[in-house]
Amino acid sequence: MSTEILMPALSPTMTEGNLSKWLIKKGDTVKAGDLIAEIETDKATMEVEAVDEGVVLDLLFKEGEANIPVNKAIAIIGDANEKVEVKKEAPVEKVIEEKKIEKNIETKIETKKDNIIDTPSPKIEEDTNLSSEEITMRQALRDTMAEEMRKDNKVFILGEEVAEYQGAYKVTQGLLQEFGKERVLDTPISEHGFTGLAVGAAFKGLRPILEFMTFNFSMQAIDQIINSAAKTLYMSGGQINCPIVFRGPNGAAAQVAAQHSQDFSSWYSQVPGLKVIAPSTPYNAKGLLRSAISDPNPVIFLENEILYGLKGPVNNDINFSIPIGKANIEKEGKDLTIVTYSIMLQKSKEAALRLKEEYNLDIEIIDLQTLRPLDTETILNSVKKTNRLITVEESWPFGSVGSEIANIVQRDAFDYLDSPVIKVNSADVPMPYALSLEKLYLPQVDDIINAAKKSKLYKINGN
Amino acid sequence: MKKLQKADYIKMYSFMLKIRRFEERAAQLYGMGKIGGFCHLYIGQEAVVVGILMTIDKNDSVVTTYRDHGHMIARGLDPKRIMAELTGREDGYSAGKGGSMHMFSKENNFYGGHGIVGAQVPIGTGIAFTHKYNGEKNICRTYIGDGAMNNGQVFEAFNLAALWKLPVLYIIENNKYGMGTSVDRAAAGLDLYKRGEAFGIPGEKVDGMNVFSVIEAADKAGKYVREGNGPYIIEVQTYRYRGHSMSDPAKYRTKEELDNYKQTDPIEIVKAEILKKKIATNDEIEKINKDTLEEIKNAAEFATNSPFPKDSELYTDVYI
Repeated sequence: MSTEILMPALSPTMTEGNLSKWLIKKGDTVKAGDLIAEIETDKATMEVEAVDEGVVLDLLFKEGEANIPVNKAIAIIGDANEKVEVKKEAPVEKVIEEKKIEKNIETKIETKKDNIIDTPSPKIEEDTNLSSEEITMRQALRDTMAEEMRKDNKVFILGEEVAEYQGAYKVTQGLLQEFGKERVLDTPISEHGFTGLAVGAAFKGLRPILEFMTFNFSMQAIDQIINSAAKTLYMSGGQINCPIVFRGPNGAAAQVAAQHSQDFSSWYSQVPGLKVIAPSTPYNAKGLLRSAISDPNPVIFLENEILYGLKGPVNNDINFSIPIGKANIEKEGKDLTIVTYSIMLQKSKEAALRLKEEYNLDIEIIDLQTLRPLDTETILNSVKKTNRLITVEESWPFGSVGSEIANIVQRDAFDYLDSPVIKVNSADVPMPYALSLEKLYLPQVDDIINAAKKSKLYKINGN
Repeated sequence: MKKLQKADYIKMYSFMLKIRRFEERAAQLYGMGKIGGFCHLYIGQEAVVVGILMTIDKNDSVVTTYRDHGHMIARGLDPKRIMAELTGREDGYSAGKGGSMHMFSKENNFYGGHGIVGAQVPIGTGIAFTHKYNGEKNICRTYIGDGAMNNGQVFEAFNLAALWKLPVLYIIENNKYGMGTSVDRAAAGLDLYKRGEAFGIPGEKVDGMNVFSVIEAADKAGKYVREGNGPYIIEVQTYRYRGHSMSDPAKYRTKEELDNYKQTDPIEIVKAEILKKKIATNDEIEKINKDTLEEIKNAAEFATNSPFPKDSELYTDVYI
């Protein structure tokens, strides 16, 4: 049987080529791997090898012939005695296939619900198992890690200063003493390396908790977080998951300036394959961290340094958890919705109190708790009730979590809105050092009040 | 050194040939537009992975770069499904979602197939960490291209592996060029195997065109690592006959250089040894050649007939 040698595509974009030189002639015997021709593409001249074996029965183009379409037969090989038949046109199959693909694809869904979670977020005021003692967020996080490490010896923690030093912010206090140095590991200051190592360990079945001293340093390791941790399940067709928690303080502390005060919530929330959590109280920190450690996917767990000392009651049941992907309605109200998360919950609550006292406005506050997957249902239901929305967060304004919420609300609740969605963010500049400028940079209670007033005073065709 | 049986010689020859024929067929399918994107061929380097394979335990783990087709074949994976991944079909090892550079087989302890230069090095170190954490006697073989040897995370991983005495064997496949930049234009100091010295990691340089040299080094290094002494580096001197990827004409090197390496073709070396030792006759070798060609032809056929992934697959495997 004869075989056609086709004009090859030698780059992802090549559609035709020039036959610059034949390296075989009629009657030659070729073996797999032999060079047969030089082909000139739009980019370069390349040698082409034979893949099939046989005698060259015919060369269909002369040296120097140009613009030969990809996949057109250029030579025939086969048995020496064979009669040669040349097809008129070889089909350019890739083009056909691409057309076929195009036809089959339905309209893409802009944002797809990642998971549907039926369990609502438990409400602290209805929790009958609440501790009488108030503990700090720091303790809540530490206790949860210890509880999970007792349950499953595949859980271990690594990071800078997590062991001997007891944690740069004392979140891992006492863990080395209880679990030993095989499970509580101090790393050198090499985020890229130890993040990749932890991702590899998670691929192989361990459940690492990786502490970034602060999330600012996660930028050193972001390739491993996104390209390796977040994408491998997809790239492996579902074979290799990455059960890892990346945790640590995120956002501004106090006067540590531009390189140490950055909010990464929208950065990580943009990435399919990651889940992103931002707790605001000891109570939800406990429930959410437990869910994060048990989750089979990579989870970004954004803590806040200023909140580490925040005290509150918790649920001490070692199986108490808060589902990922559920917001908490922190306070019900009818006049305007504030959607917020992490430390901005405290400022939003303060603002709501003053809005009640000074303007008699009844504010509804939604604490997102999870940023990805986003609980759009809770947000939309609230907007349908109050008809006004402001978002409050510490991140920069461009493409923030609030930007995405504004998009979703205008798309799915357009007719319910009585005023534009207003976003309250940090200033669109690097974080300054000076105390006065830092205060200006961060969203303050007055900013939230002004946004609420602006929303409430908005009139169609007016100001 | 490991004592090679007659069957080992045949196994080596068959695997190396299978890799070569596979890559040639992949190049053809690429030329026909059946394979898209980037496609990095392993032709010329076959002795490296096959040499290492001869010393491997099936419970050992492997992680490698994007030049991974040959690595998968050497791991005993099915050429049909590898080719089907290259053509982006549902029968591919990654169900058509990974492509040439991102292929995995968890059940065979093959952890990729990584597209980012150097990223597989900390990952392999982490897999080795897991072997140690679980108290297993296995090791992780982590392949590194010469290009990655100038990448910072590689040294971070070396430091961690030595610090924690992790069972990881680093194999530098030095094929002389990181894309189009030759090693001497990229690396200050050409002895890449010495780059673990500061961390106390022993290293060794090996002729990668000769599978017997690779086996000897891999055997010794594997034992060292398996006995709990920490990491070890083998630098294997090899050469890719083709360009960096399918669209690279490799004009940065001379034809003489390429021809020179072809004189020491790794497959021919094994074949000569087989004939010299009378392990098989010319006819028997010819039969292996024919069978291999046939197997790979079938793989190509399978890979071009396997269906494209279903549209609904776009949204699966993002989370579990």
